[in-house]
Amino acid sequence: MNVKQTLDTKGLSCPMPIVKTKKAMDGLASGDILEVLATDKGAVNDLSAWSKSSGHELLDHKEEDGVFKFWIQKG
Amino acid sequence: MVKALSAKEVAKRVVEGKMFILDVRNESDFEDWKIEGKGIESINRPYFDLIDGVEDVLEHLPKEDVLVVCAKEGSSVMVAEMLDEAGIIDVYYLEGGMKAWSEYLLPVKIGDLKDGGSIYQFNRIGKGCLSYLVESNGEAAIIDSARTVEAYEDFAKENNLEIKHMIDTHLHADHISGGRRLAEKTNATYWLPPKDAEEVTFSYEALEEGKDITIGNTKIEIQPLYTPGHTIGSTSMIVDGQYLLSGDILFVDSIGRPDLAGKAEDWVSDLRDSLYNKYNNLSKDLVVLPAHFGKISELDEKGAVQAPLGELFEKNEGLNIESDDEFRRAVTENLPPQPNAYQEIRQTNMGKIDPSTDEQREMEIGPNRCAITE
Repeated sequence: MNVKQTLDTKGLSCPMPIVKTKKAMDGLASGDILEVLATDKGAVNDLSAWSKSSGHELLDHKEEDGVFKFWIQKG
Repeated sequence: MVKALSAKEVAKRVVEGKMFILDVRNESDFEDWKIEGKGIESINRPYFDLIDGVEDVLEHLPKEDVLVVCAKEGSSVMVAEMLDEAGIIDVYYLEGGMKAWSEYLLPVKIGDLKDGGSIYQFNRIGKGCLSYLVESNGEAAIIDSARTVEAYEDFAKENNLEIKHMIDTHLHADHISGGRRLAEKTNATYWLPPKDAEEVTFSYEALEEGKDITIGNTKIEIQPLYTPGHTIGSTSMIVDGQYLLSGDILFVDSIGRPDLAGKAEDWVSDLRDSLYNKYNNLSKDLVVLPAHFGKISELDEKGAVQAPLGELFEKNEGLNIESDDEFRRAVTENLPPQPNAYQEIRQTNMGKIDPSTDEQREMEIGPNRCAITE
């Protein structure tokens, strides 16, 4: 996957992962892929719901050793 | 300045007051489970739609007294601060979020016992779980304990009670029992119906008919009555000849579902026999005290859930199904979704797995869903 930028929100709790993701996304161009790392479990549901409501696409996500990874393509 | 509102204070508003709630969790979480009450009005707007500003939501909110709610607290503080800046007077956030709400227990006195002593209901309003404390002469028994046992420990301390018995009416699938943990801590006896305990990894005392449990010098009697159906071991208890602790067999507004251990078809006839024969032969003056409620409207003005058995035989639809076939359909078809993580919760209650406190908390999120109707 052609990741444009990686955002590390490990250790941060809600709402910071989304606040930071949104900020990072504002700096990207349509079609760019943002990779987000998070440890907050709530981020899984919230990032997918947020992507939907803001017109981005959550391409994939997975968990590795307690770290959630998300790939979001800007709409 | 935004202010924190504790789960205890919110419970007070749910039982007897009013509150406007802005729930900022995502839509599916809100639809699944939220704070409800006679005087509670709520709307949902996910926090991530409010990061750029709260202008759009202002017109849907009252000018003062708004409670912002989220899963754990963080997002509600952020949104509450934005509402405060936008000029709303008295903005609160729910301290500890829905996690704290799910865990709060409201103690309500149900009544006195004949020879001294009394019985209390501990209402876990957020999840719809009801547990009981029976006390007499400085001794106490706790029935269907919640995972968070601190509420009972504090109560026992304040009232100088020694906890002697921890009793579970059945192996729970919706919440993690605090029975074993508090029994170990206080040296109390942990009672469990043996037919529900075949796979447990710890020792326990068998809760069976004929083994009456007494508390205090005045010999408050707790009589077990085998009433299978929700689980194969489900055992009701008659306390002091006055109260019927019906576990997950009979609720005020519904009846227990037989499917949570994966054996719905097998247990239908047990459930029918327990409700329509065993319960029907009991005194209709017994006050039914169930282990759950489904709707907030089941709470009385003190926040308690109770009803005379005779009244339930008249009004509860689950006790008024004529044919066996119709009953079978009612308790096996079109059931609500199962409780969150119910398989893992059963495993935890058997001692087979030992999740961390955070994991246990996560597993218990959501309503109890132990009845055949929502």
